[in-house]
Amino acid sequence: MKKSKIFWGYAVLALVIYAVVQLLISNGSIQFYYQNMFIAMCINIILAVSLHVIIGVTGQFSIGHAGFLAVGAYISAICTMKFDMPFITAILIGALVAALAGLLVGIPSLRLKGDYLAIATLGFAEIIRIVFVNTDYVGGAAGLQVAHQSTWTYAFFATFITILVISNFTNSRHGRACISIREDEIAADAMGINTTYYKVVAFAIGSFFAGVAGAIYAHNYYIIQPTAFGFLKSFDILIFVVLGGLGSLSGSVIAAVLLTFVSTYLQDFPETRMIIYSLILILVMLYRPTGLLGSKEITAYFKIGKKGGTRV
Amino acid sequence: MEWIQQLVNGISLGSIYALIALGYTMVYGIIKLINFAHGDVFMLGAFIGFYAIARWEMNVFLALIIAMILCAVIGVIIERVAYKRLRNATRIAALITAIGVSLLIEYTVIFFRGPSPEAYPAVFATKNIEIFGAQISTLAIFILSVSIFLMILLQFIVHKTKIGKAMRAVSHDADAARLMGINVDNTISATFAIGSALAGAAGVIFGIYYTRIDPLMGIMPGIKAFIAAVLGGIGIIPGAMVGGLLLGVVETVVSALGYSLWRDAAAFVILILILILRPAGIFGKNTREKV
Amino acid sequence: MTNHKKTKKYGSLFMATALLTGVLAGCGDDTSSSSGSGGSSNAAGDTIKIGANLELSGAVASYGSSINDGAKLAIEEINAAGGIDGKQLEYIPVDNKSETAEATSAAMKLAEQEKVVAMLAPATSGNSVATVQIAAKHKVPMVTASGTAPNVTVNDDGSINEYAFRTCFIDPFQGTVAANFATNELQAKNVAIFADNASDYAKGLAASFKETVSSNGGTVVAEEAYVAKDVDFKSQLTNIKGKSPDFIFIPGYYEEVGIIVKQARELGITVPLMGADGWDSPELIELAGNDALNNTFITNHYSSEDPDSKIQDFVKAFNDEYSKSPNAFHALGYDSIYFIVDAIKRVDGDITGEAIQKQLAATEDLSLVTGTFTVDENHNPVKSATVLEFVDGKQQFNSKVNP
Repeated sequence: MKKSKIFWGYAVLALVIYAVVQLLISNGSIQFYYQNMFIAMCINIILAVSLHVIIGVTGQFSIGHAGFLAVGAYISAICTMKFDMPFITAILIGALVAALAGLLVGIPSLRLKGDYLAIATLGFAEIIRIVFVNTDYVGGAAGLQVAHQSTWTYAFFATFITILVISNFTNSRHGRACISIREDEIAADAMGINTTYYKVVAFAIGSFFAGVAGAIYAHNYYIIQPTAFGFLKSFDILIFVVLGGLGSLSGSVIAAVLLTFVSTYLQDFPETRMIIYSLILILVMLYRPTGLLGSKEITAYFKIGKKGGTRV
Repeated sequence: MEWIQQLVNGISLGSIYALIALGYTMVYGIIKLINFAHGDVFMLGAFIGFYAIARWEMNVFLALIIAMILCAVIGVIIERVAYKRLRNATRIAALITAIGVSLLIEYTVIFFRGPSPEAYPAVFATKNIEIFGAQISTLAIFILSVSIFLMILLQFIVHKTKIGKAMRAVSHDADAARLMGINVDNTISATFAIGSALAGAAGVIFGIYYTRIDPLMGIMPGIKAFIAAVLGGIGIIPGAMVGGLLLGVVETVVSALGYSLWRDAAAFVILILILILRPAGIFGKNTREKV
Repeated sequence: MTNHKKTKKYGSLFMATALLTGVLAGCGDDTSSSSGSGGSSNAAGDTIKIGANLELSGAVASYGSSINDGAKLAIEEINAAGGIDGKQLEYIPVDNKSETAEATSAAMKLAEQEKVVAMLAPATSGNSVATVQIAAKHKVPMVTASGTAPNVTVNDDGSINEYAFRTCFIDPFQGTVAANFATNELQAKNVAIFADNASDYAKGLAASFKETVSSNGGTVVAEEAYVAKDVDFKSQLTNIKGKSPDFIFIPGYYEEVGIIVKQARELGITVPLMGADGWDSPELIELAGNDALNNTFITNHYSSEDPDSKIQDFVKAFNDEYSKSPNAFHALGYDSIYFIVDAIKRVDGDITGEAIQKQLAATEDLSLVTGTFTVDENHNPVKSATVLEFVDGKQQFNSKVNP
């Protein structure tokens, strides 16, 4: 009884926030520039949370997430631009194909661990990108023009659904199996958990939502090019998850929001932006390697106050 | 006739990969860290060599030595400042820090001198020698000889000196080495120093051979050198040499066959195949994971 | 336990939205009525704002930075001469990090927040295309200095992007000029093409070159490709050499071409090599060396060696300011500003984006450093091309080709 009350409480709150922002957008109080930032924030949150499933929950060190983003982006763009499908269908198809890519990456990677897995995933992402560069159907290196269809509504609800699904997954029996794999794979295996199945599932879910993010990304920036999906993008996503704390979903969300801000507001200082960014990375890693929230969730800090309760 | 030319092309390219791969393999062997910043030390070496040759008008070999020394110092600084604290942290933390250091070096260089490339001045009059119809330039011979010399030097250091013995011991079992009285910290620093010196040399050589250097030049060669190290067997020095040369040749062959746009992908495909089929690499031994 | 976890999930969502609301509260106030209504009109103020959406960091930062430097010089000169009708120009560059997503965001920032009346569009065609819709929506004309793909100004269906303009050639023209030169002047029968596959500029040039060569009766015996930022071209060059062409067309940018020319000569390729304006930079000579560049040709807007006083004045001014010689990108950036300013000067009444757009489209016989040009109905400049030959590292005038 209590559980569902809390659930509905938060659901209503989320709806309220959505409605408020949507209202402000409709009557023109928010400039496109900021709308764009919100949508970017949503995309980053989805990406961070989807990578969180793979790295944070299941402990699979994947640094090729941009590859799935690319697949989702291109496939959804093909759906809307070449086949005139409605946006929702395009998002779904993009995400499904991305999930397929996740399977293709996950299965061979099963035998790999730690650093090797990391480099292998990086390799897969690069291969995906090079495939798109060499495919003239999608414009090759010049890229593909995409109609602008991403709005706050799509972005917000995609984010909401992503967090909902992944959070439920994590708290379920399946999620606990994944966590056990993260903690000690051999022990998990010994306890009868099908590690192969769960590792692949983690990749599939993570890449599915990366595909969703990709679809929204593609329809937000008027044109997509393979150069946007290189390993620097994968690192960007990785930084969200690591900064937030491995194993903390709310941590990933907060880090994604914070870093989107940092990136946007430092747009005026191009040279120093990347230096500050990388310094933040190094300093956080040196002095708090578990990230901002460690593996706890934000509610553990709830008493401190509203603004994220992050402590360094 | 063409094939011999392509082989020469491949070996020249491969020797540069090999030099960088050596540094990767040594560092990984000793602290199990993929030092992403290694590619950027390579870049710094290239720039130091450039300023030495173009601005201070030094001779090539002097420039090479200065670049190597300065890169060794830079490598040790990076290790002490960034990696030392993370020796016992998670793998991911160390990798992230390495990525952070890499980005920091790249963008600091851009901050101070801008992103535009530089051109190495011609240091040798390029003469071509014809062997079996292939035009082999004196440059290619220079590269190969310097690389081979450095690799032999490295083998000597690792197998015939005390510090080399210490490096091998620490990479085998750091705690046991410590118990034996080896100063693990210094050994690790020495490893970084040597690896970075080699990367610096590779940078200068790259600049001489390919002429164009820019702040972001280290990323791709860095990754490919890592792939080469894995190919040969990570942690194994002759493996890095062979892996580098092999990767260079394969890349050139792929390009020669008309798939030049896929040459980068070829490197990654090799990586994935090796990791799946024979993760220990060409020279590696399969170790079973004990519980 | 599960209860706690459910709270976690919503807690995170709550936090996210709380932060978003916080942002809203912060920025909701300083907006004005600029949700898509007629662009920016700040004639009331004392400055005229011109923005620049350029690649100042990232993969093609050198081109964006060069355009930026050229533009800044132009702005300084104009301001030193009194500005426009006494109003000084305010130049607002924004970095798009060489990424399309950032280009879109930068364009929005310039149009909405900074309220510029006109802006320089990104250096690359891809990034420029990303900003075309925003320029149209906010009625802020954009001028790309080096985005050469036809689809920046003209869409695939033939419709014209009203607010998009450019200062550079479009690809098809230069390719045709080079092909005619090869077959008619140099009497080449078998040609090879070595193009940058990552650039629409190079691919466009290669395509028009190939078409014209074929219709002139020549044969393309080899076609190879490379990717920007590559340094090793020996394998492709070896392939080309094996087919024995009389002439090789290398449409690409100087950063790679310099090395390609050098390596080609090292491999023993002695036939004439030719390219287009992307070759033009003092760096080309540094990379390739004088000797390698002998027997190579380019088509260009202009030459920094051209004794024409307008060009030499520019070269001198640039040298004084930056202590180096200008390349084509510097010149194009410089010209783009003059192009915009000339249009602003012809505006009667309020200086708004719309008014400037009309004047830009009506530009005729404007004399700039990179040539005298007139804007055609596709918003592309009609200007003549010059064929130059490299002799001992210097560009020597060969011939002039009119469109």
